[in-house]
Amino acid sequence: MTARTRFLMRMRGLLRKEMLQIVRDPSSIALAVVLPLIMLFLFGYGVSLDAENVPLAMVLDDRSAPARELAARFEGSRYFDVRYAASPAEARQWLDRRAVEGIVHVQSDFAVRIHQRQAAPVQVIVNGVDANRARLVQAYARSVLQQWGAVRRARGEAAAAPAVAVAQRVWFNEAAVSRNFLVPGLIALIMTLIGTLLTALVVAREWERGTMEAILVTPLRRIDLLLGKLLPYFALGMVGMGLSVALAVTLFQVPLRGSLGVLFGLSALFMLAALGLGLMISAAIRIQFVAAQISIVTGFLPAVFLSGLLFDLGSTPLPIQIVSHVVPARYFVTIIHTLFMAGNVWSVLLPNALALLAMAALFFTLAYRNITKRLEAP
Amino acid sequence: MTVIRRIIALILKEFALILQDPKSRAVVIGPPLIQFFVFGYAATYDLKNVRYAVLDEDRSVISGELLARLDGSESFERVRTLTAGQQVAEVLDRRQVRLVVHVGPQFSRDLQSGGPAVVQVIVDGRNSNTALIALGYIGTIVEQFNRQLAAEGLAPMAGPGVALVERAWFNPNLESRWYIVSALGGIISMVVVMILTSLSVAREREFGTFDQLQVAPFTPAEILVGKSLPGLCFGMVDALLFCLGAVFWYGVPFRGSLAALLLALACFVVTIVGVGLLVSSISKTMQQALMGSFVFMMPAVILSGFTTPIENMPEWLQTGTLLNPVRHIITALRLIFLQGADTAAVWPQLWPLLIMSAITLPTAGRLFRHRSQ
Repeated sequence: MTARTRFLMRMRGLLRKEMLQIVRDPSSIALAVVLPLIMLFLFGYGVSLDAENVPLAMVLDDRSAPARELAARFEGSRYFDVRYAASPAEARQWLDRRAVEGIVHVQSDFAVRIHQRQAAPVQVIVNGVDANRARLVQAYARSVLQQWGAVRRARGEAAAAPAVAVAQRVWFNEAAVSRNFLVPGLIALIMTLIGTLLTALVVAREWERGTMEAILVTPLRRIDLLLGKLLPYFALGMVGMGLSVALAVTLFQVPLRGSLGVLFGLSALFMLAALGLGLMISAAIRIQFVAAQISIVTGFLPAVFLSGLLFDLGSTPLPIQIVSHVVPARYFVTIIHTLFMAGNVWSVLLPNALALLAMAALFFTLAYRNITKRLEAP
Repeated sequence: MTVIRRIIALILKEFALILQDPKSRAVVIGPPLIQFFVFGYAATYDLKNVRYAVLDEDRSVISGELLARLDGSESFERVRTLTAGQQVAEVLDRRQVRLVVHVGPQFSRDLQSGGPAVVQVIVDGRNSNTALIALGYIGTIVEQFNRQLAAEGLAPMAGPGVALVERAWFNPNLESRWYIVSALGGIISMVVVMILTSLSVAREREFGTFDQLQVAPFTPAEILVGKSLPGLCFGMVDALLFCLGAVFWYGVPFRGSLAALLLALACFVVTIVGVGLLVSSISKTMQQALMGSFVFMMPAVILSGFTTPIENMPEWLQTGTLLNPVRHIITALRLIFLQGADTAAVWPQLWPLLIMSAITLPTAGRLFRHRSQ
């Protein structure tokens, strides 16, 4: 028997065992298939950062024609759902109870001031608890007022327009739909979950149950052991990824402007890095409880918070930015956002892909070396 | 008397299980602390140092003044000065900048002739949320610039028209860190409690010691109490620690009543202990228990309003989130911290939690028995 056939035989046996282990335990399937599906549907249908139909209290102390016209402008906006309050106190109560998210208060001298061509103040109060949403609500209110101003200027009722106007354009995501970046980002999260958490747990379980020692006495080499763990979970992760991409494009209509081949190639690279991290943890830690906590802290949480998936990394303090450079998901989120929304921009893809490659290599080397150590450990 | 002694023995055993192993011990303390700092500093929607490029085809004194206003703002950082229009696509595609400010060659002429002078802002929409926020910041800066022009008599007064007076209650400077950090105690303690309790029964089942526990003279209720208490203690300690951290480290105001905070956290931790034990009692192995708690935790956090507003979800999903215990504690914590709520004001968040724990805890207790027979 040549070394090659012996290797293939060993691998076949090992892979068979790993596959059986995955298939027999419904919980791995739950994590690899059911959870991604739930998350995709939640992100696709449920979660959004775009505010629409924001409940708004309107207090009209002035019932004149201009005041009512302004109120009608708010009512006509798709961003607001206007409710009339009898008094400022009532509106304030609604805001306290969170029945509305903002108040527009038109004071009693509104029409008089407008008529005299004086500045007529309109007060906009927002609930600042959710600061991000409050900012959006303010911006929407501002645009409603600006549009009204333009209409009045066209009728010759108002003075000149502001001197400098901003013409804004949003590239790559023209309608600024948050789903278009949340759903691709989720793919990075799902792959981290399978690659890092599931892998770390599976190996820790073998240590805890003592089956690892049984494997160690077989003629398997360290590299066989690593490959045997790597291949099945790599396949599982890529299946999860393929499923997510298919759903993102067909069901949620996220534009995919890059090529599918590049997407799969670079995803495979990220999968290797995530798996490498999982195997590295599992080589060092033999208790499932600890392995779970460590993989949450080093794999899962950074994939959410330090990857640019939801929050802008450039706005975080310097130490956090430095730490984010050792998070594989950071590079992959950049890649996947670019591939989905901008296309094959190699000047973005290449450096990030190289970083992933370097991290995968580092993690595997460390995992490989740690397995040796553990073999000799008491 | 013997009942109490038995329960104390059981509780001691449960604590010993967590505290005897140095790695487990470290994990109860270390990761929550790391989470506290990472969440607190990384989870913000406020933008700082947004990298941008300038394409100034006008090169006049006045366009220079407008750009100086942008450069002076701590929200923006100019990294490139472009000389030709085709460079715009290049710097945006490569993500070298988040946005490009383009001042056309007609800018100062338009301004002098009284017509509106247009500044074009092109922003990278790959993250649509930061794109919109950045545009909002630019809008504010341009507004200030207009006011300055009017004051200097360089441009006609934009008014007199409608003047917007903006105010934000509860969070006057609109710091999104307050929003995230005030709810942090709930999320972190949930992770710790969920992992501790979901493993508690599953571990014994996997090692076969659960049968020993069953034949020992304990009633299911006593086992339930013994299994709940460590999670309860660690959960409360963690949650309170992070509430203190929110106030004293991150400077989030605490405007509500302490009694409301303690009560809300206690109700929540009990509920999560119930969910954790439920997951644990239907799992055969520790791995299943951990996967089960993940399958619970991830959707629960997403649907809690922790990072994305519940109000943006479709109506049916908003109704569905009423069954999510995490939603209630997040709402309650923000009400207490920022809106100054007392116990009566958070009662609408408390009773759903109490009902949930009244269902999950006894069900878990019954399942302990059921599954081992």
